[in-house]
Amino acid sequence: MTERAPDVSVSPPRSRSKYTLAPLVLIAANVVLFALFFLWPAVIGLVYSFTNYTGVGAFQFVGLDNYQRLFGDSTFFDALTRTLLYTVLFVPLNFVFSLLIANVLVSKHAKGVSVARVFFFIPWLLSPIVVGVLWRWLFGENFGLVNYFIEKFGGSAVPWQSNADLSLMVVVVAASWAWTGFSMLLFIAAIKNVPTSYYEAAALDGAGAWRQFISITLPSIAPTSFIVILLNTIHAMKEYPLFASLNNGGPGTTNNLLVQYIYQTGFKSGQIGYASAASFVLMLILMVVAIVQMMVNRRVENR
Amino acid sequence: MTTTDMPRKVDADSVRGVAKKGPRGGRSGGLRRAVPATTLLWVLAAIYAVPVLWFVLSSFKPAGDLFSLPLTLFPNNPTVSGYKAAWDSANFSQYFINTTIVCVIATILTVGVSCCTGYALAKYDNKWLKVFFVGILATTMLPGEVMLAPQFLVVRDLGLYNSLAGIILPAVLTATGCFMFRQFFLTVPDELIEAARIDGARELSIFLRIMVPISRPIMLTLAILSFQWRWNDYIWPLLMLNDPNKFTVQIGIQSLVGAQNINWSVVLGGSVISMIPLIVVFLVFQRYVMNADINAGLKD
Repeated sequence: MTERAPDVSVSPPRSRSKYTLAPLVLIAANVVLFALFFLWPAVIGLVYSFTNYTGVGAFQFVGLDNYQRLFGDSTFFDALTRTLLYTVLFVPLNFVFSLLIANVLVSKHAKGVSVARVFFFIPWLLSPIVVGVLWRWLFGENFGLVNYFIEKFGGSAVPWQSNADLSLMVVVVAASWAWTGFSMLLFIAAIKNVPTSYYEAAALDGAGAWRQFISITLPSIAPTSFIVILLNTIHAMKEYPLFASLNNGGPGTTNNLLVQYIYQTGFKSGQIGYASAASFVLMLILMVVAIVQMMVNRRVENR
Repeated sequence: MTTTDMPRKVDADSVRGVAKKGPRGGRSGGLRRAVPATTLLWVLAAIYAVPVLWFVLSSFKPAGDLFSLPLTLFPNNPTVSGYKAAWDSANFSQYFINTTIVCVIATILTVGVSCCTGYALAKYDNKWLKVFFVGILATTMLPGEVMLAPQFLVVRDLGLYNSLAGIILPAVLTATGCFMFRQFFLTVPDELIEAARIDGARELSIFLRIMVPISRPIMLTLAILSFQWRWNDYIWPLLMLNDPNKFTVQIGIQSLVGAQNINWSVVLGGSVISMIPLIVVFLVFQRYVMNADINAGLKD
């Protein structure tokens, strides 16, 4: 081996692989954590989804019963549709606003960018619980600021909490508001990486700001747009705390989302097996979302 | 001195001259463009700032004034009674201590473990490292929310139910953290390691004495993110904790809102208190967060 030392510069990968102990020590902690808190739960989750386990005592294998029951369970379907509707509303709204704001923030002409940036970012720092409380306070039916202004300008109070669709809409707006800071950061980094020469060339050809945005900015940041949409979709599918504090899944149970459904069947009613099956359906949906978006992304990039 | 001053002056003038001849005639054109862009920026900023502003200002109103019409932006008789009530009620100070313990320990562990893993993934080349890398990737596909029930059972069987360790330990493995460090260490030239090896340094001391110090910016970035994740965590602590003395701040606030008749004065005060630490951390370290190249996918 020592004779081969000059080779090091030619093929570093081979020389690196002769170290075993050091990398093993370095990743040991994470391997243990991975096995304990990811691998083990994933495996027993899959096993439990085929059982009638309640969290304690003995259990029996029931085959695909849980999954069959899920497909006949209207509560589950309501939670699923509501989750999908929420995702479909939240993702585009968040996308448009964070992209708009990122563009304004990188603009050479806008003044006070560094201060304004903090205002867009603070909502992202707040916990979903506080965001929920805050928007509940703004959109209170009898006391909220929004209804106050509506009434002041001659309208009548809007039932933000007792109408299921309006109630969902408030959460969508609140979530978009809270998540702008994060998506905006990703967009800013991407827009800054677009070579300025593209814009200069376009300006010489007489392209206006809108034309430049459509023809240069948007295609150049496509990979980032993909990441933003993917992360936001996955995030939205798992949303729960915001609903918990904003309307508690209400009015009634109309806005119970998937994670809340899993939480309630698994922990409130002790049907661990059934909740695990629901979890795996959620996981399948997330994987399909990720795969579809990756395929779309690949096609966009190959174009 | 004068000779060096002269050309500099000429330079400055000619540069200014060029700028004046720039597109759309320099200053006035810049102003014409600055006004709409700046207006749009600040209208948007106001839209984003108003909810927080209204919320924070309301928290200084006495309970009786919260709903008195007409609504006023600024409290007429500012008071901190809501804050005092929140702090005294429902053991808020205990929640604060618990959350701080969780955040600090989890953050230290997350940064340390992620740094080690990221370095190993970037600088060593073994088959099983690649396998583990795929494993970490899988954790992003199968997030904790999807495995609530089985993860709960595992942590319970490990004897960690109703303990802060049960919140801290499962949070330490983060794909984002590992990716951030891996990306960083990939940019560090291998020659640096080779040179140290030739000097007779051992593998782990190369890591500890050379690599750990130069990765400080990534450490800070991940520390801020990790602190934020743990501070804002809700569903996992809710599952793990049964004893009100171990509750975290978020559970405390949510239990205040969950009540039938919300005492808004207390809720507002408690919520504002809960956001102060993060805002402070952010304002102190904001340049790290704002400049972080976070394309590895921030989850959690």
